[in-house]
Amino acid sequence: MSLNPVLLAVINGRLEQIANEMDATLFRSAFNPIIAEAHDASHGIYHAHTGATLVQGSNGLPVFVGSMAGAARLAIATMSADSQRRGGRADVDGAVESGAVQDGDVYCFNDPYEGGTHLNDLKMIRPFFRGGRIWCHLASVGHFTDVGGNVPGNYNPAARDIQQEGTLIPPVLIRRAGETDERVVDLVCSISRQPVNAYGDLQAQLNALDLGARRLGELLDEYGDGVVAEALDELTRRAATLMRSSIDKLPDGVYRAVDYLDNDGSSSELVEVALAMTVEGDRLRLDFGGTSGAVCGPINISRSTAVAACYVGLKHVFRDVPANFGCLEPVDIVIPAGSLLAATRPRPVGGYTETILRVMDLIFRCVAEADPTASNGCSYGTINALSLAGQRADGSPWVMFTFYGGGLGGSPVSDGLNHGNAPLSTATIPPVEILEAQYPVRFRRWSLRPDSGGDGKFRGGLGASYDIELLAESAEAFTFGDRAWRPPLGIAGGGAAATNEVSFVVAGDVIEPELGAKVLGVKMSRGDRVRIQSPGGGGYGPPGDRDPVAVERDRRLGYVTRGDS
Amino acid sequence: MIVGIDVGGTFTDGFALDESSGEVSVGKVPSTRTNEAEGFLHGVRSVAGERSLGDLNAIIHGTTVGTNALLERKGAHTAVLTTAGFADVLEMRRRDRPRTWGLWGDFRPVVERDMRAEVAERTLADGTVIEPVDADEVRRVAHDLLDRGAQSIAICFLHSYLDPSNEQTAARVVRGLWPNAHVSVSSEILPEIREFERTSTTTLNAYLQPIVGDYLEQLEKGLAENGFSGRFLVVQSNGGVMTVERARSMPIRTALSGPAAGVSAASRIAVAAGHPNVLTGDMGGTSFDVAVVVGGRSVQAAQTTIDFGLVVRTPMIEMSTIGAGGGSIAWVDRGGLLQIGPESAGGVPGPVCYGLGNDRPTVTDANVVLGRINAERPIGGRVALDVAAARRAIDEHVGRLLGLSIEDAAEAIITVAETRMSGALRIVSIERGHDPSNFWMVPFGGAGALHTCAFVRDLGLAGALVPRLPGVISALGCVLADMRYDSVRTWQSPLASLDIEAVRESMRASIDESRRAIESSAVVFDGINVEMVLDMSYVGQTHAVAVSLPVDDPEQLDSSVITAAFESAYRAQFGRLLSGVAVRVLAVRTSVIGRRPEFDLTRLVTGTTTLEAARLGRRPVYVGGQWHDAEVWSRLQLPIGATIVGPIVLEQPDATTLIEPGFRVTVDPLGNLEVVREP
Repeated sequence: MSLNPVLLAVINGRLEQIANEMDATLFRSAFNPIIAEAHDASHGIYHAHTGATLVQGSNGLPVFVGSMAGAARLAIATMSADSQRRGGRADVDGAVESGAVQDGDVYCFNDPYEGGTHLNDLKMIRPFFRGGRIWCHLASVGHFTDVGGNVPGNYNPAARDIQQEGTLIPPVLIRRAGETDERVVDLVCSISRQPVNAYGDLQAQLNALDLGARRLGELLDEYGDGVVAEALDELTRRAATLMRSSIDKLPDGVYRAVDYLDNDGSSSELVEVALAMTVEGDRLRLDFGGTSGAVCGPINISRSTAVAACYVGLKHVFRDVPANFGCLEPVDIVIPAGSLLAATRPRPVGGYTETILRVMDLIFRCVAEADPTASNGCSYGTINALSLAGQRADGSPWVMFTFYGGGLGGSPVSDGLNHGNAPLSTATIPPVEILEAQYPVRFRRWSLRPDSGGDGKFRGGLGASYDIELLAESAEAFTFGDRAWRPPLGIAGGGAAATNEVSFVVAGDVIEPELGAKVLGVKMSRGDRVRIQSPGGGGYGPPGDRDPVAVERDRRLGYVTRGDS
Repeated sequence: MIVGIDVGGTFTDGFALDESSGEVSVGKVPSTRTNEAEGFLHGVRSVAGERSLGDLNAIIHGTTVGTNALLERKGAHTAVLTTAGFADVLEMRRRDRPRTWGLWGDFRPVVERDMRAEVAERTLADGTVIEPVDADEVRRVAHDLLDRGAQSIAICFLHSYLDPSNEQTAARVVRGLWPNAHVSVSSEILPEIREFERTSTTTLNAYLQPIVGDYLEQLEKGLAENGFSGRFLVVQSNGGVMTVERARSMPIRTALSGPAAGVSAASRIAVAAGHPNVLTGDMGGTSFDVAVVVGGRSVQAAQTTIDFGLVVRTPMIEMSTIGAGGGSIAWVDRGGLLQIGPESAGGVPGPVCYGLGNDRPTVTDANVVLGRINAERPIGGRVALDVAAARRAIDEHVGRLLGLSIEDAAEAIITVAETRMSGALRIVSIERGHDPSNFWMVPFGGAGALHTCAFVRDLGLAGALVPRLPGVISALGCVLADMRYDSVRTWQSPLASLDIEAVRESMRASIDESRRAIESSAVVFDGINVEMVLDMSYVGQTHAVAVSLPVDDPEQLDSSVITAAFESAYRAQFGRLLSGVAVRVLAVRTSVIGRRPEFDLTRLVTGTTTLEAARLGRRPVYVGGQWHDAEVWSRLQLPIGATIVGPIVLEQPDATTLIEPGFRVTVDPLGNLEVVREP
């Protein structure tokens, strides 16, 4: 018997609220602005045995939606292995029986290979017990400001292995049977350049998990474990149904696209990412065959991250499909072993953001090949992390670590958004006044960048120009970005956007970095500048189809100046 | 006599209090969108009765003119003047996007790029003015903007919250040549750090100045022509009232004027009834607005987003809104899940049963089909409703798709809508750490009282209190509202090195200024209260905790008072303090409140008769999967102390209350309905 549709909608709403409340608790009490202001964090509920995503908060970072399933699987593998060592069965129930895992345990780790994304993302998994068995896992992930390594903030374009990026923490119990292990707290804090931040953020994550456990317990008490379990199954089935019906609307066929990352930070070679998307009835196959092999520099991503990137790309296209693993049920993802998209230890993965943005761009373009009205031009396609580090007059260190924005792609309904956040993220940027109040910098310019959006019937959104002057005696600058050599592309006849331009003015000389937007340790003195001119988004449809009123408006507002004498 | 007037989209509600006799009267007339003054005066007359307007002491107005102008983008042709290099701040926002999933859509700021001009000038983050502004350049640029049609202007320079001298210089020059008073200056509107929020608020203020200014002038003129010579006051988003002069210069503070008045009244009523902790829920045609009152005080927020990219940062009652009203449309998504809203049929064409052209079922249609709303005598004086059309729509768009009978489909629509509303209530209560079992709910608006029992059940509330006049609560709120002036100043100092004398000095200055404004308003007050708040956090945290200081005179402020207040506020919000982490102050806030004389709510209790006389008959009502033969009562006739057990329907001209089986209702001494679960 299937669940009554009303009860299903009610339970669905309650489950989402639990994840949302966990998000809100972490955002409000976190120390570091990347979590508190930029919301680079996520919470969800994961399947007890498979780790699959069951429920996800709607305010967290989209890319975590998929990658946290990998984190849950790693926790499951860990408890299973511990169980086996104790002579128990190597699965979740065995781990409970053998005492390898107990009610009130919380695993903590930042392993990016199994757990997804990169070292800065600290994951906590709390197995949730009901009636002496694990009923599901509650998970929390947040971006910590620093986890050691060679570069403050950990976007290290020169990293050649994971050790140079930061400290990898394998799954450890930060809580055992409800008791926090202060030695593990010390460990996590001690690897950071900002231990107070790490301490505050850890506490905030534990608060969020406590709250989630309390709320879920109340829900199960109210409706009964069996009913909620049935509802979760049903919601997953419905997501799959909705996804299949969306795929079914695309014409059958094989659609291909290729794109490139500028380089891997170690040599100037382009790095290729290829996708063949096959639509067959209501199933979709994403085959990344032809993609470059794993590289020396930190733009590799692990398999679980690649799957998460596919999920996010598809969710942006099929935006009304609910966020659970049912979405991926009708989707086969083929990732060649040994490729850029299936990195294994010790390949560096710190710059994963650039690569997953490329995966999403390919999905947008392949969908556009199948049906342009279902897709949009590529977004600006880079996280553009800038880390500016120095010492204050009193000797204390400062690190200004910020991601800069760009334009989104034109769509069938409108021009792209000017100065948006990257598709993998919902993060906002700190205000100039806050940055200037906290760090010895002065912004000379913070403006839209004319001519940066791709032409089209609907133009790509504009990127931005940031011009930052150093007010301190000296500092070192690191940037991690892409799209300096290969622009974000348009779809359905739309044009490409402007490329990313990162430059430095040091002692009056303009320095154009050798590897585009990947820059290691430029020495700056008072009065020197960093300039970031971020890409816009790709255009949608032939520029000749653009409404003359819109063309005139672009001129009048100075969005487009090309061709002006 | 004091008159409160709340102008909404469909109706203009009036509430009048005769201060000498204590008598009250209420009125409800259609709003007139094209000629607001006419509807407004009509509303005033509907409650003033035979009196001439010259006999009225004060008229207090809750308005949505500002909100509507923002939502519909119908403000003035506005210009923005900024620091060189920063003209695009308004358009770049905080680098967000409209939705988490899906990348479509763009953003058009209320002032487009060609009307945003820059001048050379700069103040640094430590307050140093390193580049003074050039008056000639400002003059040139301002003339150019005027030539290009600017009706109002916002002046927003970087770091002006620290040292406003460049901004003030520019403001003097602009005011000297601008043809009207519509000049908004960021350091006057919001002297607070964060350039986007300050620029957005100041710009939206300038955008509203001509609209709200003209509107208020039109009303004042109409009132004067009809002999009114009393005080004309406007409700602010914080629930307090301000003078009409201040409303003209700070129209952005009226953004939530009408809804805020409703929350004020609901909280007064609840406190008088002995319930200091309440959730309020205002359900109208398109939305459900919720707010929280703790210890008799409405929870305040520092900022809200009217629409994507339109950020308003002024003190306001914290309200969250979801698209679930009587007109919200029910539909089944492709995955087979029943959804309600956000699309709404609004007041026109309205629900299917209005017969005005909409054929997709709404929440109101479901209530009609289930007999919960009286189809023969609907509220607001409409003609009889078309039940058959509502049944057909529910069957076609929901019932058949889900394999449910028409009644079950209708009840499903209501249940899902109620789940969404309860969800909104849960977010503002449980998520903020309030235990719902300590809270009462006050439903109001035309449709709120129909769902009373669901709120109590879904949230595990102590009970619900349906006010005596749920349909005119906002107009009542206008009459009850205190006068309230808030101010804020960015501070940014570690607690350890805080210059307390400077904080005292700043608080004294803003308190004195507000006090003078209140004392010169010619309104009768019982007394004046002062509230002092510091925004504080641990060094490193970005979200501040609003720390209420337990003193009301800056002289009493010292570091031990501040430390103790911070610790208790932080503990209350997050459970425990952090050890070994320094604390800092981020902003200094003061509020000065002119307390209006207590209003005796028993004045609202008129028209009660006997239980027998209040009986209207019976009709079938569908609840919990079955039809009940429910008794129907004339709510306002019920005697004080009467207790009746559900299922029953309570009717009155401005609202309908449904009491489900398993619930019990008692008429309290103030004529409110106390709804609780049967023990």
